Amino acid sequence: MATAEREYISPVPRASSPGWLLTWMTTVDHKQIGIMYLITGLVFFAIGGLEALLIRLQLATSGATVLAPDVYNELVTVHGMTMLFWVGMPILFGFANYLVPLMIGAHDMAFPRLNAMSYWLLLFSGLLLYFSFLAGAAPDIGWYGYAPLTLAPYTGAGRTEFWLLALAVSAIGTIATGVNITATVLTQRAPGMTLGRVPMFAWMSVIASLLFIWAVPPFTAAAAMVYIDRTLGAHFYDAAAGGDPIIYQHLFWAFGHPEVYVLALPAFGIISEVIPVFSRKPLFGAPFVAAASIGIAGLSMMVWAHHMFTVGLGPLANTFFGVMSMLIAIPTGIKIFNWLATMWGGALRFTTAMLFCLGFLGTFVIGGITGVHVAVVPMDWQISDSYYLVAHFHYTLFGGVMMAIFAGVYYWFPKITGRFLDERLGKWHFWLTLIGFHLTFFSQHVLGMLGMPRRIYTYPPYAGWPEWNLASTIGAAILGVAMVIFVWNILVSLRHGAVAGPDPWDGFTLEWATSSPPPPENFAAPLPPVRSRRPLWDAKYPELADWRADHA
Amino acid sequence: MPDWRRADTNLVGVGIFITSEAVFFIALIIVYVVYHGRATSGPSPREVLDVPYAAVITVLLLASSFTITRAGARLGRDDRRGALLWLFATIALGAAFLLGQGNEYRHLVAENVTPARNLFGTTFYTLTGFHGLHVLVGLVALLIAAGVGVKGRLTARGHGGFEAVALYWHFVDGVWVVVFSVIYLWTLL
Amino acid sequence: MKAANRIFSRQHGWRSWRRWVPPLLALAADALAAGLARAQDPGFTLNPAGPPAHAISNLFNIVLLMSLAVLLLVWGLLAYCIWRFRARPGAAIPRQVQGNMRLEIGWTLAPVVVLAVLAVLELPTIFGAAAAQPNALTVVATGNRFWWGFEYPDQGVVTANELHIPVGVPVRVQLRSADVIHALWIPRLNGKTDMVPGQTNEMWLQASTPDVYVGQCSELCGIQHAGMLLRVIAEPQDQFNAWLAREAAPAAAPTSDPARQGQQVFQTNACGDCHTVKGTAAAGTAGPDLTHVASRQTLASGVIPNTPEQLRRWLDNPQVVKPGAFMPTFRLSDTDLAALTAYLDELR
Repeated sequence: MATAEREYISPVPRASSPGWLLTWMTTVDHKQIGIMYLITGLVFFAIGGLEALLIRLQLATSGATVLAPDVYNELVTVHGMTMLFWVGMPILFGFANYLVPLMIGAHDMAFPRLNAMSYWLLLFSGLLLYFSFLAGAAPDIGWYGYAPLTLAPYTGAGRTEFWLLALAVSAIGTIATGVNITATVLTQRAPGMTLGRVPMFAWMSVIASLLFIWAVPPFTAAAAMVYIDRTLGAHFYDAAAGGDPIIYQHLFWAFGHPEVYVLALPAFGIISEVIPVFSRKPLFGAPFVAAASIGIAGLSMMVWAHHMFTVGLGPLANTFFGVMSMLIAIPTGIKIFNWLATMWGGALRFTTAMLFCLGFLGTFVIGGITGVHVAVVPMDWQISDSYYLVAHFHYTLFGGVMMAIFAGVYYWFPKITGRFLDERLGKWHFWLTLIGFHLTFFSQHVLGMLGMPRRIYTYPPYAGWPEWNLASTIGAAILGVAMVIFVWNILVSLRHGAVAGPDPWDGFTLEWATSSPPPPENFAAPLPPVRSRRPLWDAKYPELADWRADHA
Repeated sequence: MPDWRRADTNLVGVGIFITSEAVFFIALIIVYVVYHGRATSGPSPREVLDVPYAAVITVLLLASSFTITRAGARLGRDDRRGALLWLFATIALGAAFLLGQGNEYRHLVAENVTPARNLFGTTFYTLTGFHGLHVLVGLVALLIAAGVGVKGRLTARGHGGFEAVALYWHFVDGVWVVVFSVIYLWTLL
Repeated sequence: MKAANRIFSRQHGWRSWRRWVPPLLALAADALAAGLARAQDPGFTLNPAGPPAHAISNLFNIVLLMSLAVLLLVWGLLAYCIWRFRARPGAAIPRQVQGNMRLEIGWTLAPVVVLAVLAVLELPTIFGAAAAQPNALTVVATGNRFWWGFEYPDQGVVTANELHIPVGVPVRVQLRSADVIHALWIPRLNGKTDMVPGQTNEMWLQASTPDVYVGQCSELCGIQHAGMLLRVIAEPQDQFNAWLAREAAPAAAPTSDPARQGQQVFQTNACGDCHTVKGTAAAGTAGPDLTHVASRQTLASGVIPNTPEQLRRWLDNPQVVKPGAFMPTFRLSDTDLAALTAYLDELR
């Protein structure tokens, strides 16, 4: 075992081996790039989390002076940007980077050097964003930066530029990754793996990639227009000259809404991988889950103006976008029921990864329900820009996407590092996250109903506001402890975790058909034949193989 | 369904990328159309645009699509010298387009038509400018291909890579057809 | 049943976590009820005070009930799976079920029906919000960084930060912005609508009972977005008419010596460049109209109560009261400060 390990690229940067830094900085191996994405995402998660804790500290009491109003607006802006673009995206696309070639039986991504470029662009863009603090020009305009607030004279030199440059540079990297993932799944599949047999996480990653590369151009256009207005004195958003600030919102949300599904779809992919394995059953209704993902992606490009119900578009437009937005609940519901049906009649193993899947199911459904609430136009007139909305998107993005990410980490950590994460620490991480999360964010539904708008650095002591804000802050503190335990688990397990073999969970898909960690070329031995969505399961349990049951 | 596993990855990659860039131009074109005629002051496109001039440089750019197709055909037959000549022609035509556009900008700026002047200036320079930027990137790719060709390494075997560059070039020309129609031909209505 | 007995049995000692459940629930209920009780709080969106807010609140109630049903269904299924299908050691591999067409159709169509019901339910409120109301009072509200301008165009009245409306009368608010995008939100009277530069949006306010309804700006507009509070004072028609008549009148002339000196200070420091005091030379519009500032309940757009001490504190150094506000700091001497305070305090 030890001799064989030395032949493989160490998955974790080990300072003991000579030239390790240069190896990592020049690597084009998708596994190493994937690891770099994951580490980067986790580091930014800690930073974004600290920002959140500061925000919650300031809001714990009425009239607090922990943060000055300008600093508060900067933290709120950068927290949102960080979590979406330097945590969610890198972690999910990092997982895709690591896993997609393995899952389809390929040696690497279609464009390995482009892959490396994507990563370094992502890192650089994050450093650029945080450099803005040192430059005294951190963005303070909210993560979606509405015009004309982003323009002169309302926002000073540098802030808007840092905002849009950091986003644009990271977008370039992600577009390249999106092209890479799609081209890889199209052209690098193992023999026998038709598109219909591609594992669900890889499939969702492709759909998310295409959704991103088609959704981000309107944002690039909108941001370029902001830059041109600021730098060349142009008039895109200048009402007096015939321009229109609302066009910014149309263009931005044409990107912004699909973006949340770019995050949600790979997360759904993780859930679709983990639940079946720990239920010892195939994913129920897999073709429907796959089709529902396409439905979600397609619909997500037709609903953007539900972020604009208060802008004055008129009842016809509002009705159209409201009804379209409600429709997204249907494919999402289909997935939730299929996941439940997967568990039904199964043999459930409650590993930490599975616990996070269960936590995801119980929590994300709330986010989905409040999503229907904001799709009901008159309800949105009360909810929009209030803490009810903040609760909604944290339920979907943290309670949904982040929990799925935690499940993925516990599930694939053994594959990536060859060691298990500690299950006992994992369970502490899970329960504290569940409790902390609901305390933090359920309280915010109440605050929204009590009339508290978002993005305010302080508030008068209206009835209920200080109490529920304090509850939310206490929840955030619990979440902080949970995250410390998580990081501790990773650090400890890297050194002392129980050794994991190639297939520690009795998995279904090809990434478990190689050693943990995999050799540089991914597969040293010939692949099992691919005759269904679960080639490894078929090879291990031929009497129960999927291809015996397939009608499609 | 094409057999994706036998497809040239470069072509697949550039093809996917082009769909993304297409959406980018659609967004800018929509903005131009929505803002057409809404400038509250300053000149209208009809008053300042020289349509015949723009038609000439359009012909140059479309000709470059023809020449690059010829280059691809030659390369497919492993006629490396022929391919390189048609490639040079493409680069010359593309450069002529850009220079022509730069010249047009010069004239317009001299007449005080700038992005800051009015909403038309804003949208005109943005749409044509981003297109020009894409032409420039394409020219750089073509020059790199020419460099590879001069070294004798542009072969029928590397055909897929060349086809990918050609696909991008055709896309840029296709976008110009739309941009030319929306900006210049519209003034004739 | 056994499980329920175990949870709610009193046999657990003082260490049990279960003893915290009742007080926590009570705390939650208290906080919630507190939100319902007090006037001069934004209040609960489920505590509407007029027809537009009622329409939304009714919709909310129905939707929340339907949501609870869906949530209990999903949680119920989840809990059942967890309890019933735990892996038992030595058990056989479960049946490898791939799917079921009828279930797929079922759980696709059921949500469609539910959503169709919601869609139909919301239509009257969406289209009703745009409908014209008879005998409406028109107010023009302009968002500024970081205060509210209100104008009654038919009566020629201009005021700021506090809006008076007559009870039971629909008020058509035309929303504009002088700079960036703001949003006007009074939760108990209606949902919010944005104030966008270059366009005029419209929203309705109507209060059924006399009260003070508070709200604040709901679209990030800069450093003091949090300090852009507002209040709507709904009063019986006759009191409203009296208020309107007082507002229409020009500013009261100063009656005391300090106030007269204060008027001098006002003119020397060119306060009139930003503020209007009707009947004097002061005609600026960059800041709130001060003609009747002393009759308002609050200052600095709701941030501080309107008392002479607070007024003086504001005039002395606005940045201490509302950091980032655009009112300059004039560094007035103590005498000037006292005089100016006295002058403004008389502008009822």
